[in-house]
Amino acid sequence: MKSFEQLTDDLAPRKFGLYGKIWIGFLLVIIIGAIYAYYLQFTKGLEITGMNDYSLWGIYISNFVFFVAISLVGSLVTAILRLSGVNWATPLTRISEIIAVAAIIMAGLTIIIDMGRPDRIYNLFLHGRLQSPIVWDVIVVTTYLTISLLLLFFPLLPDFRILSKKFKSDKRRSKLYKKLSLNWRGNDKQKSIYKWSIRTLSVLIIPVAFGIHTVTAWLFAATYRPGWDSSNFGPYFIAGAFVAGTGGVICVMYLLRKFRHLEYYLTDYHFDRMAKLLVLLILVYLYFNVNEYLVPALKNTTKESEHLKALFFGEESFLFYAVIFGGLIIPACALIFKQMRKPLPLFLISVIVVIGAWWKRYVIVVPTLLHPFLPVQGVPKNWHHYSPTHLEWLITWGTLAGAMLIITLLVRYVPVIPIHETAEEKGIAEPKNDTNNEK
Amino acid sequence: MKEIDQKNRRSFISNGLKLGLLTAIGGVAVAKSLNEEEMVELMDTDGNIIKVPVSKVEEHSSLKGDNYSTREGFPNKKFVMVIDLARCKNAKQCQNACNKAHFIPGDNAWLKIYKMQDNPESAPYWMPNLCQHCDQPACVKVCPVDATFKRRDGIVLIDNERCIGCRFCMAACPYSVRVFNWSEPNQGEIKMDMGMGMEMDMDHSKYTPDYAGAPSVRGTVDKCDFCPHMIAEEKLPHCVSACPNGVYFFGDLYEDSVTNGSETFQFSKLLKDNAGYRLMEDLGTMPSVYYLPAKNRQEDFESGLENYTEFESVQKVKES
Repeated sequence: MKSFEQLTDDLAPRKFGLYGKIWIGFLLVIIIGAIYAYYLQFTKGLEITGMNDYSLWGIYISNFVFFVAISLVGSLVTAILRLSGVNWATPLTRISEIIAVAAIIMAGLTIIIDMGRPDRIYNLFLHGRLQSPIVWDVIVVTTYLTISLLLLFFPLLPDFRILSKKFKSDKRRSKLYKKLSLNWRGNDKQKSIYKWSIRTLSVLIIPVAFGIHTVTAWLFAATYRPGWDSSNFGPYFIAGAFVAGTGGVICVMYLLRKFRHLEYYLTDYHFDRMAKLLVLLILVYLYFNVNEYLVPALKNTTKESEHLKALFFGEESFLFYAVIFGGLIIPACALIFKQMRKPLPLFLISVIVVIGAWWKRYVIVVPTLLHPFLPVQGVPKNWHHYSPTHLEWLITWGTLAGAMLIITLLVRYVPVIPIHETAEEKGIAEPKNDTNNEK
Repeated sequence: MKEIDQKNRRSFISNGLKLGLLTAIGGVAVAKSLNEEEMVELMDTDGNIIKVPVSKVEEHSSLKGDNYSTREGFPNKKFVMVIDLARCKNAKQCQNACNKAHFIPGDNAWLKIYKMQDNPESAPYWMPNLCQHCDQPACVKVCPVDATFKRRDGIVLIDNERCIGCRFCMAACPYSVRVFNWSEPNQGEIKMDMGMGMEMDMDHSKYTPDYAGAPSVRGTVDKCDFCPHMIAEEKLPHCVSACPNGVYFFGDLYEDSVTNGSETFQFSKLLKDNAGYRLMEDLGTMPSVYYLPAKNRQEDFESGLENYTEFESVQKVKES
């Protein structure tokens, strides 16, 4: 068994190596490009995008839905698994909470990017109307961000204290970590408040997480449009969100294990468990897809059939089958085999699942808008389709890079695996000697 | 709750009806002295002559009334439109007039004429389409900032100084009538005809939602406004007066009359005699625009084909 020193050495944040620096540089280049593209959009208007009066929402909105979806994993791993007593998930709590925070921040930013008049955002507070699902979204996104930040921060308190001791030689750093630890001493009173707060937050975040993605689904379901006008949309979105988020956590798990050498903490067992969880979640999501597509297809009303035809046989059919088969059915089948649940194959499958999840949101958002109730006539030919522009893609890539940068920076400065909780779980005692003489 | 609501609405409508007939039809009244109090004869909406004491008749200097507010609208009015599909031959004069009057710069006409055919066996027809000014407007329901709003006179407007450009209203509208200013609108000179050869420059300082498009704003939503700026001058909306075939009828539900400029009909009778209907009644949006089916056409459907362009954008202001 490892000693406490070894444990902190393994898990304490470390300076980046060459790969880390290249990675950050790569992200910054994309982000700077995206900021320039957004500057163009801000000065010229949304004309720089491929959107038009029919395709009035595009990849910004589908990207927004993707971010909200992936952020739900925070509540899945830290709350649902924790409360149901799944102990093996402990090393994954921080990773999933980091992903949740990064994704929800970028979700908020993405919705502002999509606005025609971002300079008037204050109107939401001056003239906000509670009838509008957008106002529900604003309320629930900010609530979810707050609870997620707390759920990231509270379990960090003992870890910050440990880090403050570890980096004693670096005075400034040690002091900062000490401040962040909010005077954590680990006495019984603090411990009981700490446990109670995390438990309360874990309970709180579940309805808020369901709320955030249900409201996001209602942005679409609250309209009359075929393909969106569905009472199935809330649970359908949540089921899909858990698939995307679990895939995201597996990807980050694998990369951290590889580059931070965390094989002792993130074992094959964890990957195997996450793979099985992913299969279960994909099956649930496929069930909702059956409801979403096959029931309307059976009824085949005039309006629905136009939309479904485009998905099943028309211009969107390639994407449609790619995300259903490539992003869901084939990965789920592959993961039945034990060899596929090993870290590397699982990582590759998860990358495909996450990419599929991104395009799945595109397939939900874009085709519906191209099939309105009244015919599309007397407008330029390119209004019959939607193809995002390069600048639009660049801005979207910028938000994805932004989320990855937030994840990377958090990985750089906080322990990616909870030290305190791991020590407790493995029964490694923290040496007590220096807690007193610092007073 | 619902019952009270309906009662209020009913008493509101009946009060409006009374006031409407007392004021607007006042002109056709014949004064008569009866005993001490002078009485006037008025015609009610059913065509009956009724007698009303002169003291009960109010005179209004303008339709706007004394306390006009853009968000409340014209007092005691409920505007409706009837579109007679039997008369439409896709002349597109309505669209041209609308584009000119509202300085619509690009491909995004607010008024469109669709080539329709409900099924392979039924006859094709031309269907002008504009904002339906719904009584249960889906767009207003979803607007997060109250930028698009419903007035008591039935008109749905957009305050483009408040709109944040989220485009949720466009997604919500089943009639696809809302357009977005994706770029800085290239509207040319925005001048309003003040009558008698006078013109006034319109700019942002004079903007009111009562006159949509004067000016339009980048990053905000636009649509048909039912021309409150024309109603205020007791004129008909531009599309109505521009139509060479008298397709459009505009009027007041409380007065129960609609006119296309040369013919005036009793609104309820017109709908009854011609089986008037509204678009997508099943959605519960309760439009203020009614359609008369294309029965006994006045013009051949084919005569409209020469103006029909499937992929070309609308005639732009500058070209006209």
